[in-house]
Amino acid sequence: MQPIKSKPQLNSAQSHDAAALRDIVAHILGAATQRGASAAEAGVSIENGFSVNVRLGEVETVEHNRDKGLGVTVYFGQRKGSASTTDFSHKAIAETVQAACDIARYTEADSYAGLAEPQFLAKEIPALDLLHPWSLDTGAAIELATACEDAARATDARITNSEGAYVSTHIGTRVYGNSNGFLGDYASSHHSLGCTVIAQHEEQMQRDYWYSVSRVPAQLQDKISVGQMAAQRAVQRLQARHIKTQQAPVIFQAEVARGLLGHLVRAISGGSLYRKASFLLDSLGQSLFPANFSIDERPHIPQALGSSPFDSEGVATQAHYLVQDGVLRNYVLDCYAARRLGMQTTGNAGGVHNLFINDSGCDLPALLQQMQRGVLVTEVMGQGVNTVTGDYSRGATGFWIENGEIQYPIEEFTLAGNLRQMFSQLVAVGNDVDTRGNLFTGSWLVENMMIAGE
Amino acid sequence: MSPSALQIARHALLTPAGLDDQHLQQVLQQILGHRIDYADLYFQSSRQESWVLEDGIVKDGQHNIEQGVGVRAVSGEKTGFAYSDEIILPALTSAAGAAREIAQHGQQHQVQAWHTTQHPALYNSDDPLTVLSADEKVALLQRIDAQARQIDPRVKQVIVSLAGVHEVILIVASDGTLCADVRPLVRMNVSIIAEQNGRREQGSAGGGGRVSYLYFTEQDRAASYAKEAVRQALVNLEAIAAPAGTMPVVLGPGWPGVLLHEAVGHGLEGDFNRKGSSIFAGRIGQQVASTQCTVIDDGAMLQRRGSLNVDDEGTPTQRNVLIENGILKGYLQDKLNARLMKMPATGNGRRESYAHLTMPRMTNTYMQAGNYDPQEIIASVERGIYAVNFGGGQVDITSGKFVFSASEAYLIENGKVTAPVKGATLIGNGPEAMNRISMVGNDLQLDTGVGVCGKEGQSVPVGVGQPTLRIDSITVGGTST
Repeated sequence: MQPIKSKPQLNSAQSHDAAALRDIVAHILGAATQRGASAAEAGVSIENGFSVNVRLGEVETVEHNRDKGLGVTVYFGQRKGSASTTDFSHKAIAETVQAACDIARYTEADSYAGLAEPQFLAKEIPALDLLHPWSLDTGAAIELATACEDAARATDARITNSEGAYVSTHIGTRVYGNSNGFLGDYASSHHSLGCTVIAQHEEQMQRDYWYSVSRVPAQLQDKISVGQMAAQRAVQRLQARHIKTQQAPVIFQAEVARGLLGHLVRAISGGSLYRKASFLLDSLGQSLFPANFSIDERPHIPQALGSSPFDSEGVATQAHYLVQDGVLRNYVLDCYAARRLGMQTTGNAGGVHNLFINDSGCDLPALLQQMQRGVLVTEVMGQGVNTVTGDYSRGATGFWIENGEIQYPIEEFTLAGNLRQMFSQLVAVGNDVDTRGNLFTGSWLVENMMIAGE
Repeated sequence: MSPSALQIARHALLTPAGLDDQHLQQVLQQILGHRIDYADLYFQSSRQESWVLEDGIVKDGQHNIEQGVGVRAVSGEKTGFAYSDEIILPALTSAAGAAREIAQHGQQHQVQAWHTTQHPALYNSDDPLTVLSADEKVALLQRIDAQARQIDPRVKQVIVSLAGVHEVILIVASDGTLCADVRPLVRMNVSIIAEQNGRREQGSAGGGGRVSYLYFTEQDRAASYAKEAVRQALVNLEAIAAPAGTMPVVLGPGWPGVLLHEAVGHGLEGDFNRKGSSIFAGRIGQQVASTQCTVIDDGAMLQRRGSLNVDDEGTPTQRNVLIENGILKGYLQDKLNARLMKMPATGNGRRESYAHLTMPRMTNTYMQAGNYDPQEIIASVERGIYAVNFGGGQVDITSGKFVFSASEAYLIENGKVTAPVKGATLIGNGPEAMNRISMVGNDLQLDTGVGVCGKEGQSVPVGVGQPTLRIDSITVGGTST
């Protein structure tokens, strides 16, 4: 990172915020009890920051964000009502709690509804080191974005236009509490730097981007290399060809492979399972992947983007395997879904926290060599993923691979298959892990898919 | 006589904070004093609720109240933006201070005297949520659930949701704009899972608009959504693998108009064209679609989901011809991009909320009817696909590539619709696909009112529509050869 002018404006009174938000949660729970609720839970969050966008060397936007919100769920026995607002005044809180109670008068009793059982609630809040404010003012952010975009535009003469580079920095505090005695909070930061440029060859334009994101400012990728990667990716798309309709092996580049892990998570999530809206119903104990692949969740990695000390019901998050030696070992459950399925919560209310699939020890060029001939997919488009059936059909962009090397860019083709089959046909995972989210994976080589083109 | 939108908005947004026109003038003048070309304040208050039925019981209801004010300052191509969820003078002043910090150059301006324009109301300003009692809402959901289950024993899961928003906005701008809008929006959705011999498939249907909940009980609309969702799920139980490759595709009327939204609409938004990043940039007057195509974006349609009396900058909405007989006629503009491109604002400046920046967006986008009988269009195809429902789409406006995924489609064999197919994704290039439209039907339909459009992280309600049409060749992403 280059030196940055020090002008702290974000990290003011973070602990004060937490204390104030804890008071608000306690106040909400008290108000709910007063109105006769047999149980209640509340979440309150506050986030501050700004983002700048620079385009063609000029500031385009400076956006200051200051978001807050509170949500409350009340239970009258097994009946439930929820309400939320952005207004933290006592009057608004009273009205919001009342609105939730009013709704609970009309909803019907659901025997599975309720707070997390006390034994599952987080007893200790591990320090995860998630808060790293960036002492950066908008002027310095503009300089940083400008340098990033300049680097992109200087990379190649075919970069003829830009959608700009951005820098964004935010910090926030979240507090959750419920009437089973849980009250927890944590603060975190989120910073990013990215760039989108347009490459041109004759009449054809292609756009691509690159970005870096981290909780720790110093761990963001260097501005010059972010710009250069955006430019290279856009230029590499030029003069793309169409390919014939055929079956072929496919490598999903890491950032696209992350989406495949996401589809797995959705299919083994409690909500999809108890609604019987998943192609992976009743598949615990079954082999989903070849035996050399395991997928595990690690919620307590310091500074990681997906880390969280407790889930959105106050349940302690814990490291565990979802898939072990290819076999599905755990679903992704919150308390409600767990009760519906006759199981126990896995601490996943609100989602997963840092999922990892083990790599096969080779980098992307080695994966290309292993595939020899087929498609490298760098982008997928559209909504063609059906969690109920596992059917997968998406638009894609990428490269044609022959003799283990990139031959030329390809576009306007689709990839189709079924996720269950794609998982079972996973041949190798690269060590080119994309760390920009809470799903950590390298590129995936899948044995065979249907490709529709010309 | 009912109070005007402006009276309602002043009462809801300004009076509780003790704010009057003079305060707003002062804040705007304070921003303009810093060499800013244009400034606006967007006050918003919204109340929304949703009710969801699942497993035969109404399990949960949500209620949300939100309000705030967004402050924008524009200097040349630069925009400064800040917002506050407290509508009080100090918060307004502080947001104004943050927004104006972008100014480096620009001329000294004076805030123009307020002017308001009268426009016929496209929708009723009454609260759409209160026309039914909570008991009646619950009973409606239960009735639809029972009706859906009665249609066929293969129906295993029914989820019915009912959602409504009542929103009041007030816009004041340094160009003299002073206007308000009171916007109702309701939506109902039915989602079904049907099961047969261990195979499960889904279907969903819904509708709504800028109307009240009574819309769903009138003409048995709610029941028709249940029927439609069940029908789709049952069709999908019989679906075979879709073919893979390039072939003719016939799109049904109504919701498949998402084609226009993706293949054309986004690429015609003013911001992308001003920046030269759209495949349609600089092409006004050129042939960008076949001569049978006339595409319109109309934000001034009565009670439609995508309609607005005024856009989020106070510009009255209107009927904008985007493409006429295949020739590109115009772009969708907000004030900023219209000014920079020296074109008129078209009433397409929209934002998700006070906490988001305005951008040019679509409203209700549709293709005009042509001359062909829909049956004639299907009969013209020897081997291809007839797609009647879609999950949604996506476009890369720079390369023009777009994708949309069919949720209900059939094979066409020798001019006849035959077996249902599953999982067909269509991929094409906007202008290329539009130029391959060879037949346009006489059966223009608008969608039932369920569209949500996403752009740069902001969601806004939109409508689409089209008649049956034939695209001579487009890539279909199935699994079967």
